[in-house]
Amino acid sequence: MTRLAVPKTYKLYIGGRFPRSESGRSYEVTTPDGAFLANASLASRKDARDAVVAARAAVAAWSGATAYNRGQVLYRVAELLEGRAEQFAAEIRDAEGVSAAAARAQVDAAVDTWVWYAGWCDKYAQVAGSGNPVAGPFFNISVPEATGVVAIVAPQESAGASLLGLVAVVAPALVAGNAVVVIADRAHPLSAIGLAEVMATSDVPGGVVNVLTGSPAEIAPWLASHADVNALDLAGAGALDWVPLVVAAAATLKRVQDPEPGVPGWSLQRILATTETKTVWHTKALL
Amino acid sequence: MSFLEYAPAPESTAILHLRDEYGLFIDGAWTEGRGATFPTISPATEKRIATISSADATDVDRAVAAARRAYEKTWSRMPGGDRGKYLFRIARLLQERAREFAVAESLDNGKPIKESRDVDIPLVAAWFFYYAGWADKLDYAGLGAAPRALGVAAQVIPWNFPLLMLAWKIAPALAAGNTVVLKPAETTPLTALLFAEVVQQADLPPGVVNILTGAGDTGQALVEHPGVDKVAFTGSTAVGRQIARAVAGTGKKVTLELGGKAANIVFDDAPIDEAVEGIVDGIFFNQGHVCCAGSRLLVQENVHDEVVERLKTRMATLRLGDPLDKNTDIGAINSAEQLERIRALSAAGEEEGAERWSAPCVIPDTGFWFAPTIFDNVSTSSRIAREEIFGPVLSILTFRTPGEAIAKANNTPYGLSAGIWSDKGAKILAVADRLRAGVVWANAFNRFDPASPFGGYKESGYGREGGRHGLGAYLTTGPSKGGA
Amino acid sequence: MRLIGADLTEKSLRLHLEGLPGVDAVGLERRAASLAGRSIKTTSKARALDTIIRLTDLTTLEGADTPGKVRSLVAKALTPDPARPDTPRVAAVCVYGDMVPTALGALGSAHGDPDDGGVSVAAVATAFPSGRASLAVKLADTRDAVENGADEIDMVIDRGAFLAGRYGEVFEQIVAVKDACRRGDGTFASLKVILETGELATYDGIRRASWLAILAGGDFIKTSTGKVGPAATLPVTLLMLEVVRDWHRLTGERIGVKPAGGIRSAKQAIGYLVTVAETAGERWLQPHLFRFGASSLLNDVLLQRQRLLTGHYSGPDYVTMD
Repeated sequence: MTRLAVPKTYKLYIGGRFPRSESGRSYEVTTPDGAFLANASLASRKDARDAVVAARAAVAAWSGATAYNRGQVLYRVAELLEGRAEQFAAEIRDAEGVSAAAARAQVDAAVDTWVWYAGWCDKYAQVAGSGNPVAGPFFNISVPEATGVVAIVAPQESAGASLLGLVAVVAPALVAGNAVVVIADRAHPLSAIGLAEVMATSDVPGGVVNVLTGSPAEIAPWLASHADVNALDLAGAGALDWVPLVVAAAATLKRVQDPEPGVPGWSLQRILATTETKTVWHTKALL
Repeated sequence: MSFLEYAPAPESTAILHLRDEYGLFIDGAWTEGRGATFPTISPATEKRIATISSADATDVDRAVAAARRAYEKTWSRMPGGDRGKYLFRIARLLQERAREFAVAESLDNGKPIKESRDVDIPLVAAWFFYYAGWADKLDYAGLGAAPRALGVAAQVIPWNFPLLMLAWKIAPALAAGNTVVLKPAETTPLTALLFAEVVQQADLPPGVVNILTGAGDTGQALVEHPGVDKVAFTGSTAVGRQIARAVAGTGKKVTLELGGKAANIVFDDAPIDEAVEGIVDGIFFNQGHVCCAGSRLLVQENVHDEVVERLKTRMATLRLGDPLDKNTDIGAINSAEQLERIRALSAAGEEEGAERWSAPCVIPDTGFWFAPTIFDNVSTSSRIAREEIFGPVLSILTFRTPGEAIAKANNTPYGLSAGIWSDKGAKILAVADRLRAGVVWANAFNRFDPASPFGGYKESGYGREGGRHGLGAYLTTGPSKGGA
Repeated sequence: MRLIGADLTEKSLRLHLEGLPGVDAVGLERRAASLAGRSIKTTSKARALDTIIRLTDLTTLEGADTPGKVRSLVAKALTPDPARPDTPRVAAVCVYGDMVPTALGALGSAHGDPDDGGVSVAAVATAFPSGRASLAVKLADTRDAVENGADEIDMVIDRGAFLAGRYGEVFEQIVAVKDACRRGDGTFASLKVILETGELATYDGIRRASWLAILAGGDFIKTSTGKVGPAATLPVTLLMLEVVRDWHRLTGERIGVKPAGGIRSAKQAIGYLVTVAETAGERWLQPHLFRFGASSLLNDVLLQRQRLLTGHYSGPDYVTMD
């Protein structure tokens, strides 16, 4: 007699906790063949609001942590993901309908993406900053730092990359110390919540990553227009009516990354897209 | 007679050879604009200086087409070293004609000649000189191998530093290999038009630099033109917002340098005499027509009285008057419209209960003037503590601890600049770390350099101008979008 | 004296001086450059040139000074431009103590308070310029000059003691020299305290030394002996003017400032006048509150004065050697 399985309840991830949507709504997630997999939470605008509050609360400590510390925390995510690789691969195989090998390859790529970005934490400022030889008695230095709260639409309909697509947009935003509110792939949200469980059991402080499942078309406008969001990454919004999102973001002059097809590659530019360069002048004198 | 009543020391305008009317500068030649002409006046006398053309949508088409041709046929194909040589030429020509440009700038803008002569124009030449050297070194700009120009840049600049803003825009754009269509502000077109003469003297290929004059609709037509690949704007946050909306979804790369409400933080361990000078530099430089002006003085409560007393004493020595007089510290407000805005916000400050004090200045009979003014006991919720006044008006607030200073400094939708005054290095660096502002001056204020990136956080805009970062704003490493 | 909340001790003096606000050198020099950039023309310039002459301590401090040289200096002090008798006289002649009788003899009836149009005699004392002698010698040097009739004593502080942090010692020496300036009739020769700013090196040090000299009773604070470079600079003078301005705000008492050495051109000197007027106030532009210690400055001022009066440039043959 086979044992009856215990299925997981998939909820949102906000402020380090796993709440259901305040709206009480959920939607059915299926395999490509239409078989029932789970009911995911259908996040509402209020969940988005709560996620922004949680993210804002997390910015100071996360961006204020040492770069070495952030690097270790992101590397720790890679370690834990590696440890649960079999589980993620199995979930991905079910959810995306891909081969076991392809699923495992995706998890491996996701782990490697975390490792790649983890290593940037204490280097990107050296590469992107500058000491400026101004014509006067001043010490003058330019250094990039986190912009604050970043709202992200993860790649959608990402069969073959439901985990990797998410990691490819979340990890670069974390490098500088931003806190993130990410809308997962609507069709394949389960690995996003799996990743949230990794976050919750790693050393990523609560609120640094907030994961919403549901409809990007419904939630993204609220994030795009939210005055306490500093940057908007529309990587996965290509299929949405996304230009109005950019227009909404203009109200508070958010930094916006336009949609791009597929899974974004590893890129220093993605890290820098959610940073601000600060230039500090200080007088210099012997007298 | 008081020793301090220095006899007039006016800079001669004989050095200027202005035309009575100016057209548009398109494709290397002067051409008439199709819009209605308008006068540019001296804000110090309200007298007409010259008649200026305005460009309509057809003129914008012509200019963008000329810039496109120049980009595809010559400028993008030219070796970087040659582009650099053109820019070096421009830098030298500007140095040779520096005094002429300074006089023209003070005449048209109203800023004191000592600022146009000692700050604006020298920086203009420095900006071209700095970026000239980048033109053949783009591979070293930190953007990866073989970065490419974007194409045609539409550049719209404000009236507060007319020629300097032109340099901030044109120098990096050209160094990176773009061609430009630039629109100076309606009230200060003069030096941009003189710059067109420099472009001719430098023998720059036609169409690489095009200058269109006109009002807001000209700027809008330019920014929204489909033939434009890059938009760079310096001006108000309201217009910056409109531009950000207008270019949404077009793929145009955008740099926006917008408003500010900078905190100038004076700690009780500050070098106090220099801090007072820094407060004056911060808010009265260029009549306060500075986006990064230190318009909010945050002074530690235990030295508030001392600082304010010293500040008043110092302000009483400021000389307001003829912008062309070499001893003038405070020139004219740029326009009647701006003067009205400053007056209205100052009136609001009084209504909200702040204590107003103005330096005892004699205000000339004609022209637009506003005496250097401070408001004490300003509350954080007051309009004059939150809105950009863009005039010689300082709001004074107090704080008790470094943490409170940082919180108050950051409590604004803007994030362009900030000042810190203290003799304690560790505190300065820690405070600088926590300020949400793109430029932080420690024991200084309002200093600029072509090697130093400048630009804001939050609603002060995005992108940086100056330094390697400013060059990156005109380059891409992404896939080519067709064209040359 | 209880200015600093405790009796004046080495410890309280140190606390006071080291508690003074710091000086940011870049900002100070920037402000000085801006003041030097004022453009003084026509009538203002004419008044400025005459003011410079009235505020000048015409100086000769050479080992080779002779009575003849001093008499020549005095003649120049009284009649700076023989061709133009309306030219004002200088404030004082400044000489070594042994030359005081010669200077007085040469001045004759012109000797008097420069605020009233006379010319006074200043003597350097206290083992000028190094100050490296015992206090007894310094006091004897001072008394000797005062007894010889010097109106003003230009003393040097002990820079070694100051740099070693022995502020109390420097203070006591100034107090003692001040006491030695007392004349038989109970009045005092005016005491200028030379800080020798070129040896103090930092602006913070100069601000402290300025306060120290004023607290100890100096009537004037003076930058330099002229024997050490750099001598007077505009930023240093600006800083010292800020101190006397602050002292006046605190006590109501006005202390004089004397930049000395290195001021050679009228244009430079006009920059100093502007700095005085815009820092301490115009009230300081009188002989008992501001002096230039200079020798070659006077002739350049005379050349500029001739240029203004005649409308053409003059030449060195049209001013006299002193």
